[in-house]
Amino acid sequence: MDRRAQIIDVQGLQDLVEALLARGYTVVGPTVRDGAVVLGPISGVDDLPRGVHDRQDAALYRLETRDDDALFGYAAPVQGAKPVFFPADELLWRAHRSPDGFDVEDPDGERPGPVALIGARACDLTAVDIHDEVLMRRRYVDDHYARRRAGTFVVAVACGEPGGTCFCASVGTGPCPRTGYDLLLTELLEAEHHFLVEVGTSRGADVLADVPTTVATPSDVTAAGDVVARATERMGRTLETEGLRDLLYASAESPRWDDVASRCLACTSCTLVCPTCFCTSVGDVTDLTGDVAERHRVWDSCFSEQFSYIHGGALRSETRSRYRQWMTHKLGSWQDQFGMLGCVGCGRCITWCPAAIDITAEAAALRAAAPPPGPPAAPPVPVPTGVRP
Amino acid sequence: MTTTLPVLPVPHVPARAPHAMPTLAVWKFASCDGCQLTLLNCEDELMALAGRIRIAYFPEATRAVVDGPYDVSLVEGSVTTPEEIERIGHIREMSRTLVTIGACASAGGIQALRNFGDVAEFRSVVYAHPEYLSTLARSTPISAHVSVDFELRGCPVDKGQLLEVLSAYIQGRRPRIPTYSVCVECKRRGAVCVTVAHGTPCLGPVTQAGCGALCPAFARGCYGCFGPQDTPNTAALADRLLAGGMAPVDVMRIYRTFNAASEPFRRESERHEPGPDDDARDDAPHDAAADARPEREVPR
Amino acid sequence: MTSVLDPQPTTAPEAADPMTPVPYRLERLRQDTRDTFTLELEPVAGPPLAYRAGQFTMLDAFGVGEVPISISGDPTRPGPLEHTIRDVGVVTHALVTAEEGAVLGVRGPFGTTWDVADGEGGDVVLVAGGIGLAPLRPALLELIGHRDRYGRVVLLYGARTPEDILFGDELRTWAVDHGVTVEVTVDNGQHAWRGKVGLVTHLVPRAGFDARNTLALVCGPEVMMRYAASALVDRGVPAGRVRLSMERSMKCGVGLCGHCQLRELFVCVDGPVLTYDRLAPLLTCREL
Repeated sequence: MDRRAQIIDVQGLQDLVEALLARGYTVVGPTVRDGAVVLGPISGVDDLPRGVHDRQDAALYRLETRDDDALFGYAAPVQGAKPVFFPADELLWRAHRSPDGFDVEDPDGERPGPVALIGARACDLTAVDIHDEVLMRRRYVDDHYARRRAGTFVVAVACGEPGGTCFCASVGTGPCPRTGYDLLLTELLEAEHHFLVEVGTSRGADVLADVPTTVATPSDVTAAGDVVARATERMGRTLETEGLRDLLYASAESPRWDDVASRCLACTSCTLVCPTCFCTSVGDVTDLTGDVAERHRVWDSCFSEQFSYIHGGALRSETRSRYRQWMTHKLGSWQDQFGMLGCVGCGRCITWCPAAIDITAEAAALRAAAPPPGPPAAPPVPVPTGVRP
Repeated sequence: MTTTLPVLPVPHVPARAPHAMPTLAVWKFASCDGCQLTLLNCEDELMALAGRIRIAYFPEATRAVVDGPYDVSLVEGSVTTPEEIERIGHIREMSRTLVTIGACASAGGIQALRNFGDVAEFRSVVYAHPEYLSTLARSTPISAHVSVDFELRGCPVDKGQLLEVLSAYIQGRRPRIPTYSVCVECKRRGAVCVTVAHGTPCLGPVTQAGCGALCPAFARGCYGCFGPQDTPNTAALADRLLAGGMAPVDVMRIYRTFNAASEPFRRESERHEPGPDDDARDDAPHDAAADARPEREVPR
Repeated sequence: MTSVLDPQPTTAPEAADPMTPVPYRLERLRQDTRDTFTLELEPVAGPPLAYRAGQFTMLDAFGVGEVPISISGDPTRPGPLEHTIRDVGVVTHALVTAEEGAVLGVRGPFGTTWDVADGEGGDVVLVAGGIGLAPLRPALLELIGHRDRYGRVVLLYGARTPEDILFGDELRTWAVDHGVTVEVTVDNGQHAWRGKVGLVTHLVPRAGFDARNTLALVCGPEVMMRYAASALVDRGVPAGRVRLSMERSMKCGVGLCGHCQLRELFVCVDGPVLTYDRLAPLLTCREL
C-alpha cells in the first residue's frame, strides 16, 4: 500500500465519490439546505457546499459566502453523523396479535448498504467512536446501530475553518483526525484548488487507486500542516479539562445551576444536536384495532420532564437538576462510565441553544466558584457495581 | 392548562354493557369547527374507526342521533355564553370519558383575547343592538366548568394525536401524548432551527410538541398552537426576543394567540403589557416581516 | 479509534436481541391487597427463565407499554415466573387487569442480584417498605432454602395500613417454620390492628442482629431506604454490607437508553442492587 500523500483536484474528488458509489456505498456528505450545512446523501462535488462559510456563535448560525470556491470552508454541520447511524426514530419491532399472544416481526428485512462519510471532521469521528463504545462495546449491543455502522468508509477532512463555538483543540479531538479514517483530505486553496490525500487503510488505498493522483510535494505537505496549525489557533472557545469530573461532582449544590436554569428553556436542543448524546425512549404505537403494535425507539433528552418520570412524579422536576444532569454527565460521569469525555468540542450545543447558553462558560463559572482543590480524588475507575449473576 | 383547575366530582355513568361497541359523541362550543374537521379528515382511518366505535352524535358528519350516555365525548370549543355552561354540565353527565379537542376547549382559544379587554365595550361598538346579546366576559376552557379526562392540544388538533387518543380510550388505556417542546420534534425531523439560523422568532422552545414542528419545517417560527410545554420558561424566551430587538408590545402579542389564556402564556403576556405611561405603540405599524427576515441573504 | 473503521462489537451480544420481548402466558393472577397483584407467568415456548434474587424484567402489556418489575418468585426452585405489581400507572394497570391466559411480553432478567450467599455465616437483616417486600421475597426464600448456613434472619417490614400487608400467610410461615424474626409495623393502624405503628426505620436500632457480622438488604421508597441504611450504619453495619434496590425510570433495561442514570451509575445494569457506601453521597443530593 502506497502510504505517501497524494494530491487530487476537484475532479479527483468527484471521481472519488463516484468510485464509492460504484462500490455500493451510500455516500453521505455535507450539503446546503435551509440556510445551513447539513449532512445528506450526495452524488458528487456539486452537492457539496461550495464557497460558503458559517458564522457561529452562541444561539447564532449564519451561512455567508466566501471569496473562494472552498468545498469544506465551514465548521460543524447542523448535525454530526449521529442521525446517519442512530436515527431519530428507529422501528425496533412490529408485532401482530395471534392465538398465542403475539408474533414479533423483524423489521430489519431491508439492510441499507454501507455508508461512506465524506468530509467528516475530527470532532464528529470522535463522536462516532464514542457512540461505538456506548452502543457496541459493552455487555449489551445495540443491534440496529451495529448494523448501520457495519462497513462504514470514512473520507475525513482536516478542519481548516473552526467556528466561533468550536473547542476541539481544548478537548484533544481535533482539528485534524489522527486515526479513524480510510482517507484524509486537507483542502488547499492557495495557488490551485486541490486536496492533499493521506491514506489511512488499505481499503482507502484501494479506492484511491481508481482516482487520478499525483504524489504530493514537500511544499504541499507543509501547506497542509499550516492549515491545521492555523485552525488550532483560531478556536472560538476553550474548555479547561483538568479535573473536570471532580469539579462537576463537587459542584452538585452550586448556586450556578439556579442561574443557568433561569436562562435555560428546557427545550432539549443541546442534547439533540450533541453528536454523543445517546438517550432514547421507546414508544408503542397501535392501530385502531389494537391488533398490530409497533415499538419505536426515539431520541429523548434529559431536559424533558417525562424523562425521569416514575410513578409519583418526575425525579428531576426542576430545570436546574436537568441541566446539572446533562453537564455533569457530559463532562464528568461520562469519564467514569466510558473512560473518556462525553464532549468532543464541536460547539453545537452552544450554537443551537436558542437561549445562548455556553457549556464552556458554565464550566468556567463553576471553576471560578469552586473551592481550591483538595487532595486529588480517586481516579476514574470502572464502576464497582452490585453483584452480577 | 390544568394549573388552576378546581377539583370537580366525576359523575357516575353506568358502565357500558360488556362487548357492546363504544359510543362516540362530538360536541361543539365556541370554535371554528377545525378540530371536528380533523376527525373527518382521518379518511384512511375512518372505516377502521367506524368498525370499532359507534358514532352516536356528530352533527357535522351525520344527522342520526343516538341517545346518551356516551362512552367517549369529544368536546370542541370554549365556553362563552351562560347557556354553554349549562350545556357542558349535561354533556359531562352523559359521558363516561370527556376529552377536549383543541386550543379553544383546552385553553379558551383565540376568543379568550376578550379576557384581556372590556367585552361590554366591544359589544357596544360592534352590534347595533347589544342588548340582544347574551355573552360572558371571559372565554373559558371546558375544564373551568366540568372535570375533563384528557385535554388534547392544538389549533387545530393533530390527526395522529386524535387517533391515538381515540385508540387509547377504545383500548382502555391512557393516551400517549408527549408534553415536551416543539424543539424535540423539530430536531428529530432534521429541520434547521429558524431562530438560530435565520433569526426568526419562534415559540417552539416553550410550546408543547404535537404538530410535528410543522411551521419550523417550512422556515416559519412556531406560533404556539399547542400551548405551553410542561416546563415552559416563557420569561427566558421573552428575554431573548427582547434582546433580539422585538418590542415589548410584540412580545405580549406573540404570547397572545390561540393559547392566550393558558396560565404560562397569560402571565408572560401580562408582564409585557404597556404601562399607562408607555407609548403603547398600538397604532404604530410594526414590520413583523422585518423581524423574521434573515440578516443577510443565505444560499439555499 | 480504528474502531470507527472496523466497528465490531467487542463483547459477544446476549443470545437474543435484548430489546425484543418474549411471549409469556399469564397462568395465574392473585390479588394480594386492594391494589397489589401477583402474576405467575410461563413461557409460551422454551424453558423457564433462570434468574437470581434481586433481578428484574421488563414486563410488556401488548400495545400499552413496558415497565421494569422486580421478580418476586423463588429463584431456588423451578416454577412460574412471579411478579408482584402495584396498580399505579398505565402499564401496571394493564398488567394487573390482564385475564388469565393472556400473553404478556418479558425481557430479561436484568440487573444485579442481592447475592444472598455473601451473607453466609452471619446474620441477615431485610428491611422492606411497602411493595419493597416483593423484590426481597426471592432473597428471603433463598435464605430459607439454606437456613442452616445463616445466623439470625430478621425481616423488618413496614406497610401503610394493616390491609396493605403483603404475603401475610407467608410472613407467619417464615417466622414459625423457618426461624425468621418478622417484625411488622404500619404507618396508620386504625381498625383492629394490635401490632406496631410507626416507621420501619425505627425498628432497626432494637432489632436482634450482630451488626458487625450482618448483611443488610433494603428495599422500599427511596427516602425510607436512605433512613434505613443510615440507621443500619449507625448500628455498626459497614456501609459496604448494606445493599439497596434502587428504582429509576427505565426504557431498555440494558444500559442503552440513559434514563436510569444516577450520576455515574446506570441503575439497570450497575444496579438495581447497589451498596450503600456507593449510594450514600448520591442519595443526599436532591434530584440528582
